[in-house]
Amino acid sequence: MVNSTSEQVRYDLAVIGAGPAGLAAADAAAGLGLRVALVDAGAGLGGQYYRHPAPELGAARPDKLHHGWRTFAELRERLAAAPLVDHLAGHHVWAAERGEDWILHATRGPEAADRATVTARCLLLATGAYERQLPFPGWTLPGVVTAGGAQAMLKSGLVLPGRRIVVAGSGPLLLAAASSLAAAGARIPAIVEATAYLGYARGLPVLAGNPAKLAEGAEHAARLLRHGVRLRRRSAVVEAHGTDRITGVTVARLDARWKPVPGTERRIDCDALAVGHGLVPQIDLAVELGADTVTTADGTAALRVDAQQRTSVPGLWAAGETCGVGGADLALAEGVLAAHSVAGKPAPARELTVRRRRRAFAALMAAAHAPGPDWTGWVTDDTDVCRCEEVPARAVREAVTELGAADARTVKLLTRAGMGWCQGRMCGPAVACLSGGPVGRPDSRPLSCPVPLAQLAQRDGTTELSE
Amino acid sequence: MDPLELVGAEPGPARTILFDGRPVSALPGQTLAAALWADGVVAWRTTRVGGRPRGAFCGIGQCFDCLATVNGRPNQRLCLLTAEHGDAVTTQEGHGHGELDV
Repeated sequence: MVNSTSEQVRYDLAVIGAGPAGLAAADAAAGLGLRVALVDAGAGLGGQYYRHPAPELGAARPDKLHHGWRTFAELRERLAAAPLVDHLAGHHVWAAERGEDWILHATRGPEAADRATVTARCLLLATGAYERQLPFPGWTLPGVVTAGGAQAMLKSGLVLPGRRIVVAGSGPLLLAAASSLAAAGARIPAIVEATAYLGYARGLPVLAGNPAKLAEGAEHAARLLRHGVRLRRRSAVVEAHGTDRITGVTVARLDARWKPVPGTERRIDCDALAVGHGLVPQIDLAVELGADTVTTADGTAALRVDAQQRTSVPGLWAAGETCGVGGADLALAEGVLAAHSVAGKPAPARELTVRRRRRAFAALMAAAHAPGPDWTGWVTDDTDVCRCEEVPARAVREAVTELGAADARTVKLLTRAGMGWCQGRMCGPAVACLSGGPVGRPDSRPLSCPVPLAQLAQRDGTTELSE
Repeated sequence: MDPLELVGAEPGPARTILFDGRPVSALPGQTLAAALWADGVVAWRTTRVGGRPRGAFCGIGQCFDCLATVNGRPNQRLCLLTAEHGDAVTTQEGHGHGELDV
């Protein structure tokens, strides 16, 4: 594997995203004789799931913070020895252009100072997911971080946001996050999960077909038990307290519709809160190309793919979380299946089986953790819904009740909610709910990341602008 | 137990960055945000409208809450920038271009 780019190369396949799906796809495609560009915004391989300490930190046992580390280590080793794969690190693709070939436009480096284009015959989107956030009073206080963010900072930087960390929200990521935070020395006063976890019971045959998922859950549970961590089900953090930093949270019981039950409030002291409500597929690039989407059981938009992982756009494949959040094993399998389709080879039986079982599990998981309709009951009028533009819930509600807004887009135009730096990635799901409009519609982001104007001005890649 | 002990980390010599003029130690390979967390700092910006403190939220470059001024350049995401020896991080007020205010 070469760690560089050559703009002269016409690749058979460009894979965007070097997480589980992208790594497996690049590895399989190279094995089938394809010339592959593995393009990723990060400095190293692994994406968010296999995020790991920088080599300079000298971690002897990085596997301690990971499930399935060996799979990653083997893939990394094979890719390092694969002459057909170029790893284009630090390349953040902001647009994909369809012509005779695909042309990818990317910024380079953490400050997006430089640019690059990549040309390929086929394109695979393996861009993963980001976390869904539901606002609550105090969620903008320092020390309140996303559950995935706490995981990411721990996995890569070996740091914690505090010493006493409440973990809250919904979804299996909470168990994984709490488990690693506890192993790394944090006290976890409680895991606060909005659902009762009973949704899984409806899918016993699905669970029986996924023993590895059950074993993974049991592993987390055993570790949490060892650290004396308590799981409070059907409960939510309805307020974070503090002035310049979080000092505690109020937790309340929820009814089946996620409405806080009055009189059940209880205060828990903490100096950090890790919170998240499941994951949202990151599909901006495909949405801009007009790819068809589906709405998953937990109300997020995912790409629609056929049995060969092909999207509705000719020449565009997708694998992993972009097709609906389902975890690393599923992503690995779909990456391999996509590579075989690109190469025109029959699908391997093992990956077909894994995909079938894990997709069933993903659907069960999405249904079990879908936010209840009444979660907005804990959002007070002065809670900032949009963190970037500091738009309070009051403004969003007024846009709906007094100005007649009936969807997220109109609310955005009236209030600026979703117009800030993050382009609605943090507040989008919440604004969609508060607007009373449809949820699970894909967001439109013509540029999938911030791009310096000078780079937009030289899109053909031939003329160089001087600074 | 701490995170370094958990993974058996043996980092090279620490670097020194400056946070609002105060020396803060950063391990090689850590981001500026990680170095500040390790020092107990979780806020390094005040918002444009309410003047409220903010720091890292998503930790992966998506939310833009962890903006600060680095070596004189405002609006840098500290969760993405590797700490280099001598980096000067200053708390960013509002949009970070106070010198342009009229």
